Amino acid sequence: MDCSGKHDVVSSEGTIYESLLKKGFSRRDFLKLCTTLTATLSLPAPFVSRIAEALETKKKPILVWLEFQDCAGNSEALLRATKPTVGEIVLDTLSIEYHETIMAAAGHQAEKSLADVVANHKGNYIAAVEGSIPMKDGGVHCCIGGRSALEIAREVCGNAMATIAMGTCACFGGIPAAAPNPTEAVGVSAAVPNIPVVNLSGCPVNAENITATVVHLLTFGTLPALDKFNRPLFAYGKRIHDNCERRAHFDAGQYVRRWGDEGHREGWCLYEMGCKGPETFKNCPRIKYNDGTNWPVGSGHGCIGCAEPAFWDRMTPFYERLPQPPGFGVEATADKVGLGVAAVTGAAIVAHGIGRMISGKNTRED
Amino acid sequence: MPKERIRAYAWEIPVRLTHWINFVCIVALIVTGFYIGNPYAHAYSSSQYIMGWIRFVHFTAAYFFLMSLVIRIYWAFAGNRYASWRVWLLLTKQQWQDFWGALKFYLFLSKHPPCAVGHTAIAGFTYFFVFILFGWQILSGFALHSLTHTGPLWFYLGGWLTGMMHMQTIRLYHHMATYVIISFAVAHVYIAWYLTLKERNGLMGSIFDGYKFVTGKEWE
Ligand code: HEM
Ligand code: HEM
Ligand code: SF4
Repeated sequence: MDCSGKHDVVSSEGTIYESLLKKGFSRRDFLKLCTTLTATLSLPAPFVSRIAEALETKKKPILVWLEFQDCAGNSEALLRATKPTVGEIVLDTLSIEYHETIMAAAGHQAEKSLADVVANHKGNYIAAVEGSIPMKDGGVHCCIGGRSALEIAREVCGNAMATIAMGTCACFGGIPAAAPNPTEAVGVSAAVPNIPVVNLSGCPVNAENITATVVHLLTFGTLPALDKFNRPLFAYGKRIHDNCERRAHFDAGQYVRRWGDEGHREGWCLYEMGCKGPETFKNCPRIKYNDGTNWPVGSGHGCIGCAEPAFWDRMTPFYERLPQPPGFGVEATADKVGLGVAAVTGAAIVAHGIGRMISGKNTRED
Repeated sequence: MPKERIRAYAWEIPVRLTHWINFVCIVALIVTGFYIGNPYAHAYSSSQYIMGWIRFVHFTAAYFFLMSLVIRIYWAFAGNRYASWRVWLLLTKQQWQDFWGALKFYLFLSKHPPCAVGHTAIAGFTYFFVFILFGWQILSGFALHSLTHTGPLWFYLGGWLTGMMHMQTIRLYHHMATYVIISFAVAHVYIAWYLTLKERNGLMGSIFDGYKFVTGKEWE
């Protein structure tokens, strides 16, 4: 049964529910999982049954995972969990037909399986992309099997039902795109315009958000509602600062001022240490990392804004609240430049006052 | 002895009212803005709400400031000739001449103070940039505000800017513009005081009661 009739993600193997049963899941575990997913998607409770129905009836989606200019950190985040997470469980049950880091096949055999997916499942598979795509010199700076990342992305993402950009590099170019961006790296949606892309930014992406996005696609046949940077609103709709566990200390006026000071030991707000939570949108405070163990602010380090475009250029210095004003050298801060402007004004006034004394006229001459 | 003076009505009520609303708002915005930028006073207990109140004052003053600017811009079209938008620009040959004349006076190159019932050409031209600066503070301020206030009102007041400019860049220039406003305010008050002494035209008083004391030459 197809709930929306938009797309149908197909594969030769059974449904996600069947795979979960095979893995020893009970019906009860399955419904719990559906509840968690509904909550992650910020959907109201009645949607639990809708999601359960989709996972029970729809064929497992086929996924191909492309890696370009990356550190494989997003794959790591997914694979290195110590106990199985919701994300792992669902992703384990997906038909991952191609993933450079984890697939058994190699060489021409591997490339063939990718070509087969594109040829046989056109418009019906999900493309996941990790890493940025270099545009300089026709894309020669990142090649796989003799083809450039750009060429592969055009073909694989262009024929996919949807593309999920995993992590900030695939979304916005990320660290490879940091100034001076020697390879002219960009994210998927800039490299291959006009295709449906969901950006799951972050460094790395959270497995829970991937799962929820895939399940949304499966259940509704559509991409989730997106923000202006094509990120799903369920995960990127709220500012970190507004969900942060230290927010009460921010409002009260209790700030860490030096690493290891009393405020730091007390778990106060990291605003003065350059926390970028006030300008970063992501659900980290809620779902955290490493199986929900912790997240940067929880462990006493400010947010570095990794989920936002150009974070390496614009969110730095990481331990200052404001970026450096352009054109004033490395040591300048906004306040130093500002004080300079104010001082020049003061000096001009003093000079004018002295000038007035020298010219010696206090009264008006007509 | 100064010659006999004519009492001329320059600043109508909306001009004076918005001037003093701006003054109060800007002082409040600078003080609270610097606290937001660098929270110098720390709370001793989590039940305090220092940053909370500071931000509340900043945002409340922001709305008053916005409304004041709206009124003043309306008056630039509806008010008398001294309040008109035309005095903000150097449109006529006369304005250019006045501009250079006034500049020479401030640089001690001339001993003839600029005289005008309304703004001098320099002052008017400066206010053009000052109002742009005010506009930028409002735009960038509401852009930052729109990060938590996602309705259409805040989108149109500034939220749209976050699609074109990085949030940190907006923040930086919101912060930097504060220093420019401070510099203007200092120079502005000094000049007002200086001209009041020099010209004996009641300039300082005029922004309270609206009247300046002019020689009559202004209309020639
Ligand atoms: C003369 C006018 C204004 C001045 C001098 C001023 C000054 C400042 C300063 C210095 C900061 C700290 C910036 C930083 O270091 O991060 C700030 C923050 C801010 N201002 Fe203004 N501001 C003005 C007008 C406005 C207006 C009209 C709004 C509109 C709502 C506004 C909204 C904000 C917001 C939202 C913040 C960030 C607060 C936060 O993140 O908690 N400001 N302002
Ligand atoms: C003791 C404080 C102040 C005094 C006595 C004062 C006095 C005056 C006077 C006499 C004028 C009109 C005359 C002219 O220069 O053409 C004026 C205009 C103006 N002042 Fe002030 N001022 C004060 C503070 C400020 C501050 C703090 C600001 C903002 C930062 C400010 C912004 C302006 C603006 C924008 C105008 C143009 C008014 C208009 O055309 O609507 N003033 N002020
Ligand atoms: S630690 Fe960062 S995100 Fe949390 S309240 Fe403070 S500034 Fe906001």
